[in-house]
Amino acid sequence: MNPMNYVILATVLFSVGATAVLLRRNAIIAFMGIELMLNASNLLLVTFARVNGAIAGQVDAFAVLVVAAAEVVVGLAIIIALSRSRQNISLDEPSEMKG
Amino acid sequence: MLHLSWLIIAVPLASAAVILLAGRAARKWGHWLAVAASATTVIVGIGAFVQMLGLDRGDRAFHETLFRWIPGGELSVDAGILVDPLSMSFVLLVSVVGTLIHVYSVAYMEHDPRRSTFFAYLNLFIAAMFLLVLADSYLLLFVGWEGVGLASYLLIGFWNQKSEFATAANKAFIVNRIGDMGLILAMALMFAHLGSVDFAHAFAAAPGASTGVLTAIGLALLLAACGKSAQFPLQSWLGDAMAGPTPVSALIHAATMVTAGVYLVVRSGPIFAGAPNALLAVAAVGAITLVMGAIIGMAKDDIKKALAASTMSQIGYMMLAAGLGPVGYAFAIFHLLTHGFFKAGMFLGAGSVMHGMDDQVNMRRFGGLATLMKFTWVTFGLGWLAILGVPPFSGFWSKDKIIEAAFIGDGWKPWVFGLTAMLGAGLTAYYMSRLFFMTFYGGKRWTDDQHPHESPLMMTVPMMILAAGSAVLGLVLARGNAFTAWLEPVTGTVAHGEPVLAVPLIMTLTLILVALGVAAAYFQYVSRPVPITEPRASVLTLAARRDLFQDTVNGALVQWPGEVLTRIAVYADAAAIDGAVNKTASGTAGLGEVVRKLQTGKVRSYAATMLVGVVILLAIVVKGGR
Repeated sequence: MNPMNYVILATVLFSVGATAVLLRRNAIIAFMGIELMLNASNLLLVTFARVNGAIAGQVDAFAVLVVAAAEVVVGLAIIIALSRSRQNISLDEPSEMKG
Repeated sequence: MLHLSWLIIAVPLASAAVILLAGRAARKWGHWLAVAASATTVIVGIGAFVQMLGLDRGDRAFHETLFRWIPGGELSVDAGILVDPLSMSFVLLVSVVGTLIHVYSVAYMEHDPRRSTFFAYLNLFIAAMFLLVLADSYLLLFVGWEGVGLASYLLIGFWNQKSEFATAANKAFIVNRIGDMGLILAMALMFAHLGSVDFAHAFAAAPGASTGVLTAIGLALLLAACGKSAQFPLQSWLGDAMAGPTPVSALIHAATMVTAGVYLVVRSGPIFAGAPNALLAVAAVGAITLVMGAIIGMAKDDIKKALAASTMSQIGYMMLAAGLGPVGYAFAIFHLLTHGFFKAGMFLGAGSVMHGMDDQVNMRRFGGLATLMKFTWVTFGLGWLAILGVPPFSGFWSKDKIIEAAFIGDGWKPWVFGLTAMLGAGLTAYYMSRLFFMTFYGGKRWTDDQHPHESPLMMTVPMMILAAGSAVLGLVLARGNAFTAWLEPVTGTVAHGEPVLAVPLIMTLTLILVALGVAAAYFQYVSRPVPITEPRASVLTLAARRDLFQDTVNGALVQWPGEVLTRIAVYADAAAIDGAVNKTASGTAGLGEVVRKLQTGKVRSYAATMLVGVVILLAIVVKGGR
């Protein structure tokens, strides 16, 4: 196997995710972008674990999965609260945290 | 009774405490308790005096340690009392004059709602004064010294509902602080160089110390004496101190407290013995104050202020005598005693006049009181004759001795001091006669609603006793040099020097000057009518009316620089210290203003910032890794 392919795939996935977060106003889409970035990093962890023959990277990938699951719960809850209070889920509208 | 001497301090102190703690309850009996406490001190004092007379001359110093006061390693001070002829003289003066004035005040303060408080303060004063003269160390003396200062402050400001009276009290207190600093410095120097602050050890160590040290101690003691005794340059408080009730002026600001400076100098004789220059400074201060007080006294129309100026001048005589060294110590104390009697008597007389004239103090509004207030007139007259130094009244015996002593010595000193003292006698005669004539002779100048009347017996009897003292005390004490011999254990024996002028010549010249002074006053204030308003006067008179500009000088030399200094300090505090703190705070706040612009509240801008941050970190890691 050529690890370079995996690296390139992960890079593409990460770029797509980051772009989605930065450019899309829809909270769900941005959220999906975050998931993409997490999975891109997971892919790299697993790839380099194979390359180095070490198990630690795979274990880390599991940890990331768990954190991602927890994050999804919190994130979705926020988005639902947002949609309830504002009737939309645009990311550009809320600015209560403005300094 | 010598071993009961501590009662002299304790009884009036306890009485003061009882009256003050009893508060309103003491209004009915407080003054009598105070009089009783004061009378007790006379009895104990006389008992101790009689017992002391029975002792050999060399054994007439009774020293008793009461308790260990400050156990402090190298500096251990015991509180003890020392009763020797010098302190005994003071005890008798303070207790007798004090008791007479207590009695007088019962009537004088009759209508004052705070009479019992007044008596508590008087008791506090005499207790502190006794502590001052009976202490066996400078430190304990200092407690009494501050105690009399406190009592003086409380009593000058007794009617502090008038703001200028309260100001006068503050002035007295603050000017005295400067003198007190001198005493503290003197004690510090004594501890550093003589190893002790109690009389016995300090005086024993004094001959071994260098002249420079002793001069420094002497000058510091002189500063203290100047403050308490209203001597130049710390004299300005005494005139204003007349704001207090007249008995207070008589007791504290004429007879006793203001003479504490003279006591301090005479008591410190062994220290001054090694510091001729400090002694010269004492004499110079005395001579200056003597003339200055007399000049001020010549122009004052306020009877109490004229008497205050006279007090200053007479204490100047005592300081001059004390500054002459051992030869003058006994005469200084002698004059102090006679002065205590005749000046207290005259102050009480002035109080009696004010009592009969609705508290009028302007002598231009008196006149012709001799027939209306016979007792006051006669008693005041005796005091007047005494202060003039007319033989055989008591002032003659004491003042004449000072003038003679001032002429003893060699070089320029006897001429300067002797002639000053002699001139002072003439000036004294003028201003005292002026006061006496303006008050008791000439036409009636009082306003129509005033009805002068003699004061009650309770006031006149103390005046009579003091007048009797003014008349005969000098003669009694001077006979056979009894007083000089009595004080000899303290002042030491001195070889009798000869004055540079013959004694009869000095006496004659002095009496001629006195006669001239009286005559001048007679022609000016009896032969001619006294104008009710101040007439236009020469520059010198105007200056004297304003106390020779003492307040202006103090203002320019001390108050103004002080104010400038405070203003600068306040400005520096506001600009530099507060400024630094405030600028730091506002700078931080300004920085916050700038930084908070970064917080847009938009999710996507945070995300972009994070991304940029991660990229930068990665770049650093990658660069660094290479």
